[in-house]
Amino acid sequence: MDMAGSAAATGPRVNDFSVRVATVNGTGSQSANVVLLRTLFRMGIMASGKNLFPSNIAGLPTWFTIRVSGDGWIGSRRDHELVVAFNRETVAEDVQAVAPGGLVYADDKLEVPERSDVTVHRVPFTAIVREACAEARLRKLVANMAYVGVLAQQLGLDMEDVEAAIGAQFENKPKAVELNLATARAAAEWASGNLPRQDVFRVERGNSTEGKILIEGNRAGAYGAVFGGVQVVAWYPITPSSSLAEALIDQLGELRIDPETGKATYAVIQAEDELAALGMVIGAGWAGARAMTATSGPGISLMAEFSGLAHFTETPAVVVDVQRMGPSTGLPTRTSQGDVLSLALLSHGDTMYPVLFPAGPDEYFSMVAEALDLAARLQTLVFVAADLDLGMNWWIGEPFAYPDKPIDHGKVLDAKDIEKLTEWGRYRDVDGDGIPYRTLPGTPDPRAAVFTRGSGHDEDAHYSEDADNNIRVLERLRRKLLGNVDLLPASVVEGRHGEKVGVIAYGTSHWATAEARDILAREGLAMSYLRVRSWPFDQQVLDFVAGHDRVYVVEQNRDGQLAQLLAVAAPEHAARLRSVAYCGGLPLPVEVVVEGIREREREV
Amino acid sequence: MATGTDKKLQENRIGLTIADYKGGKSTLCGGCGHDVITNAIIRAFHEMGVEPGRVAKLSGIGCSSKTPTYFIDRAHGFNGVHGRMPAMATGAAVANCDLRVIGISGDGDTASIGMGQFVHLLRRNVPMIYIVENNGVYGLTKGQFSATADLGSKLKTGIVNELPPVDLCGLAIELGASFVARSFAGDVKQLVGILEAAIAHRGTALLDVISPCVTFNNHPGSTKSYDYAKDHEAPVHQIEFVPFFDHPMVEQEPGQVREVQMYDGSVVRFRPVEEDYDPRDRHGAWHHLKEAAVRSEILTGILYVDERKPDFLKLLDLGPEPLVHVGADKLRPPRSALDAVNASLMEG
Ligand SMILES: Cc1ncc(C[n+]2csc(CCOP(=O)(O)OP(=O)(O)O)c2C)c(N)n1
Ligand code: SF4
Ligand SMILES: [Mg+2]
Repeated sequence: MDMAGSAAATGPRVNDFSVRVATVNGTGSQSANVVLLRTLFRMGIMASGKNLFPSNIAGLPTWFTIRVSGDGWIGSRRDHELVVAFNRETVAEDVQAVAPGGLVYADDKLEVPERSDVTVHRVPFTAIVREACAEARLRKLVANMAYVGVLAQQLGLDMEDVEAAIGAQFENKPKAVELNLATARAAAEWASGNLPRQDVFRVERGNSTEGKILIEGNRAGAYGAVFGGVQVVAWYPITPSSSLAEALIDQLGELRIDPETGKATYAVIQAEDELAALGMVIGAGWAGARAMTATSGPGISLMAEFSGLAHFTETPAVVVDVQRMGPSTGLPTRTSQGDVLSLALLSHGDTMYPVLFPAGPDEYFSMVAEALDLAARLQTLVFVAADLDLGMNWWIGEPFAYPDKPIDHGKVLDAKDIEKLTEWGRYRDVDGDGIPYRTLPGTPDPRAAVFTRGSGHDEDAHYSEDADNNIRVLERLRRKLLGNVDLLPASVVEGRHGEKVGVIAYGTSHWATAEARDILAREGLAMSYLRVRSWPFDQQVLDFVAGHDRVYVVEQNRDGQLAQLLAVAAPEHAARLRSVAYCGGLPLPVEVVVEGIREREREV
Repeated sequence: MATGTDKKLQENRIGLTIADYKGGKSTLCGGCGHDVITNAIIRAFHEMGVEPGRVAKLSGIGCSSKTPTYFIDRAHGFNGVHGRMPAMATGAAVANCDLRVIGISGDGDTASIGMGQFVHLLRRNVPMIYIVENNGVYGLTKGQFSATADLGSKLKTGIVNELPPVDLCGLAIELGASFVARSFAGDVKQLVGILEAAIAHRGTALLDVISPCVTFNNHPGSTKSYDYAKDHEAPVHQIEFVPFFDHPMVEQEPGQVREVQMYDGSVVRFRPVEEDYDPRDRHGAWHHLKEAAVRSEILTGILYVDERKPDFLKLLDLGPEPLVHVGADKLRPPRSALDAVNASLMEG
C-alpha cells in the first residue's frame, strides 16, 4: 500500500495527511506550530506535531511536521502532502519533499522550483503580516501566524478553535493574543479570497481526542517527579533535558509548598556539571531523600563513575536520560535511543541498572514516579530512558493516572527497629530477595551507624578484600536485580498473531511500529507485537522471542542496542532476532519500519 | 587543666566521653599527619558535645579520605569517589539540615581532580566542615606531586616541582567562603581551637591543614615536611575558643583581643601575634596571605570569618524541618491536584 500515493487519484483525504512547515528558527515558529496542534486537538482530531530544529538559537532552518490521522496513528511520516515554504534556503528540498498530488504554499518572494505533479500556491505572507500588524517591530513575532491562517482556511479548521488555541498559547498576554489572532484572521481571509477552494485534504471535527490531554513531553515527566514525591533535584542544563528540570521547578513551586509552613518540601540545585549533579543526588539519596537528575548522552558519559558508586553502595538515585543523537556532541537537537547499552551497564566493573522506557506522556509521568519508588525499594540507581522526541515535542495522550500505591521508601530501619534487633548488617540478605536493609544518617542509635564505601565491603559494610566475600557480594547484587524484575514495568503484548513473525519495540519507537504493523498486516504479513517497557527483561519478553521464528527489533540507533541485550538474555534464540535500527535522528518514520521489515521478509 | 587520663573519662555536656567519638584503628603509616588531624577532630567534637549520631562524615579517595573510618564510629560515613566529596556532601546537607556534615579530603582530591566541585561548594556556602589534609603529594598513589606542592619543592627522587601551587585558602577567600583557616598537624592546640570554631560556624568552614606525608614528602627539600612547616609556620593570632555552653565572658584588656561571636553563640577570641590581624577583613586577609607567601611563611589561624553570610540551605528557602522528615502526605499532592492538572491539559 502506498500511503503517499497521488492524493488526487485516491479522492478526498479527510483527517489523513501530513503537513511540513519550513521556517527559520528564532522566529516564533514554535508558537504557530503549537497553535495548529491545539486547534486540531480542540476539534477532536488525533494529530502529532514534531519540531525539527537546529542546534542554534536563531537563523537556521527549522521544520515542523503535523500528522493528522483519523485512525489515531501518531507516528511520524517521511512523506508530506502539504508543504508551507517560508525559508529561502530550504525551499528546493521542501518542494522536493511533497508527495505527488500534494500542495505547496510558498512565500511569494521565494523562487520555487518547477514540479508538474504538485500544485504551488504563492502567498504574500509579508504583505499580509504588514497589513495585520501595524507595529513593524512586532511583525517578526507574528509572521508565522500567517501560515496558520492560510492552513486553517485551506484545510477547514474552525476559526473559533484557532482563536481559542491562540488564547491558550498566549495565556495572560492580551496584546499577544490580539496581534496573533489578527494575523491569522487576515491570512485566512486572504486565502479565501485568493486561493481556489481546496477539497482534497480536509479536516472534519471528531471526538477522538475526548478525554485526552495535550502536553509537551518533558512537562509530563516533570509532573511524574512532582507526584512521585521527589525531594532533591540536581541538574545541569543540556538539550533536550533542560526543559524537564525547568518545568519541574515551576510545578514544584505550584504543587509542593507546604501550606502550613509556606516552605518548600523539595530542593532544586543547578549543579556545576553532571558529575556534581549525580553526586548530589547520591548524597541526598544516601541521606534518605528521593532524589533525581535529568540529563542527556554527554551527561550520562560523565556520570559513569558515580553510577557505579550508587550500584555498589546500593544508594537510591534516579536519572532521567532524555536521549539525543550521539556519539559525542552528535546531533543535539535530534532524537535517538542510542544510550540503551550505556544505561544498562554504565560504569566500570560488573554493573547493571533498571532502565525504564516510556513511550508516551502518560508513561513518562508514571515511570518517573515509579522510578523514585523502585530506586528506594531496590536501593539502586534507576534510569528512565526517554528521548528528545518524547521530551521536546507536544503529544496528545492519555491523562495521567494517580499513583495507585503509596510512596515507597523501601527497607529502611529507624532507631526503634534497630533497638529491637539483636544484630543486623547493612548488606545482609535477610529476606532472601537480595535486598538488604538500610539505616539513614542522623539515626540516633549508635548501632544504626554504617560506613558506606565504594571499596570492597562485606555484609556488615566493613572493608574487605576477601575473594570469597567479593564473589558473594557481586552475586547478590546481580540476584537483587534479576530476581526482582517483576517489580519493574512489565512488557506489554500489543497483539498476538500466529507464532511466525514477531516485532519488538520500546519507547517512542512504539508509534511508528504499531502503524507499520498495521500496514504490513494489510499487505499480508501478520506480526505479533510486544512492547518492552523495562530492562532487565521479564519472562514474557524472553518467551516472546522464543515463540516466534523471526523477531524484528525496532529502535532508533545504529547498532540495534536493545536487540543486542535480547541476544545476551536469550542466547539460544539469538538467531531469531533481526534488527531494524534507524539512526537518522528524526522521529522514527513509519516508512523506515515498513521498508525495513518488508525487505528482510523478502529475503526469507 | 585536666590531665590526660581524667580527660579520657571526662564526660562532655551530653554525657559522652572521648571514647564515644573514636573510630576504628588507623591503617595509615605511623607518624602520618592525617592521624594527628583525626585525633584533633575527635577532641573537638567531644569537647563541643556534638551528638555523634547527627554527624555525617564524607570523603573522596586518598590516604586522607580513608580517615573518616578512624573517628566517630557512631556516625554514618560515606567514602565516595575521587574528588567528588563536595557534591555528595551538598546532597546530604540539603536532604537533612540536622546533620553535622564533615568532609575530609586530600590536596590531590581537592586541588586537582576535585577542583571544580570544591570551588562551587565554596560559592554555595554549604553548611559543613571541609578539611583538606594537605601533604603536597598523592600519598595513596605513592608520592607524585599534587597541585599544592610549592614551586621548587623536591621529591625524594630528586624531581623538582616547576608549577605554581594552588593556594586553597586564597582561593576560598576569593570565592566568598565564610570561614577559612589554615593550620598544621604539628600544632594540635591551634588545630583543635580552629575545629571548635568551625563546629560553631554555620556555612562552609574550610580548613587547609598541612599534614606531612612521612613516607613520601617529609625529607629535606620538601616544603610540606614537619620540619619545614615548624620553621615556617606563622600564626596570625592565638585562638581562644569559648563555647556557648561554657563560662561567662571574662573581661579582656581592650585593644588587645578581638572577639567574634559565632553562629551557635560561642565566642572566638583572637589575640594577635605580631601586627594586628582582623579575620573579618576579607581584603586584608587575602593580602596577608599573598605577602606571607612571598616570605615563604605559612600563615596559620582563622584567616577569614564571616558569620553573616547566608548558607546554602537558607538560599534554598528550606524550612527548619529536614527534607527527609517531610511526611508522605506532603510529598505527593492529593488526587484532586492531579485531576486539576489533567483537566487543564484536556482543554488543549
Ligand atoms: C578517578 C580516579 N583517578 C585516580 C585515582 C587514583 N588515586 C587514588 S588516591 C589519589 C590521590 C590522592 O591524593 P590526595 O588526595 O592528596 O590524598 P593523600 O593520599 O595524599 O592523602 C589518586 C590519584 C582514583 N582513585 N580515581
Ligand atoms: S603514604 Fe603518606 S599520606 Fe599515606 S598514610 Fe603514609 S604517610 Fe600518610
Ligand atoms: Mg595528598
